Amino acid sequence: MTSIPASSQIVAAIFLLCVATTVAGALIAALTARIIRSVCGLAIACIGLAGLYYFLHSPFLTLMEILIYVGAVCVTIVFAVMLAEPDEPTRDEQIGSKVLWGGVALLVGASIFWGLWSLGAHQDWTAPVTRVNDGSISAIGKALLTTYSMAFELISLALLVAIIGALAIARTGRAGQASLPRREATSAQESQEPATRGAGETPALLGEPLRTKP
Amino acid sequence: MTLSSLPERPDLYFTAAALLLAIGVFGLLRRRTLIGMLISGELIFSGASLNLMTFNRFKAPDPAVGQIFVLFIMGLAAAEIAIALSIIIAVYRNYRSVKTRELSELNG
Repeated sequence: MTSIPASSQIVAAIFLLCVATTVAGALIAALTARIIRSVCGLAIACIGLAGLYYFLHSPFLTLMEILIYVGAVCVTIVFAVMLAEPDEPTRDEQIGSKVLWGGVALLVGASIFWGLWSLGAHQDWTAPVTRVNDGSISAIGKALLTTYSMAFELISLALLVAIIGALAIARTGRAGQASLPRREATSAQESQEPATRGAGETPALLGEPLRTKP
Repeated sequence: MTLSSLPERPDLYFTAAALLLAIGVFGLLRRRTLIGMLISGELIFSGASLNLMTFNRFKAPDPAVGQIFVLFIMGLAAAEIAIALSIIIAVYRNYRSVKTRELSELNG
């Protein structure tokens, strides 16, 4: 590390780049109007966060962050965006309530940030600690299979239940969708304006999967 | 305070984690669709993970504990994403919309 000139400055620049990437990605994820750009912002924030995990001496979590968040979560959200096509309602909303809720959200977020920052930034965090192991991947593996084996098994069970539950929930509407007449589906899609949508239309739409289920 | 000691300062990590949490809460209040709120929830998860990893790096005697905790957070976030997205798709099939303003069936 000392062989390259100005290597510490390069490392500090990469660290600042990681922090900036994380914050910029989070801002993109929260502020853009289109959902697909928001998903891209989440992916950018997760890449920056993976870099921060590397600076926190955990290359294992760096790999896992990119693998799970960028590789699985963002791709799954992109699939849901393609299936559900949600766009932010910009036209049919009053500008006054939008500004009001944006101001309330900004106030809450800024007060949370100010409170946490004033708690965390004005302390002395430099007290050294004695380590019992080096935190490497082999130490993580030993701890997972000895101390935390119960939690490890429980999270595998939780993932199994989540997969089965997701399949069951997403499959229930599909039988009704297949036997739904195409004309009715498109007319329901066209009449989804919130102002013109009647109260009697929704129970019929709600009842369709139950009625046509074999 | 020199430039080379910048990655060894915990308050920078805490500031980044607090920013992630604040931006996540801001997006959760501001978004009008279910998927947007889900993305903001992921930002809050990321802020919590970064905070725990910072404590793990600078304060914990056993450095494997925080990494395992963050790994469990990632697994639970993946399970939550799978369940929430299947619910969102089922809601879209029934209502033809994922805007939270229109999902007012239980609203008296």
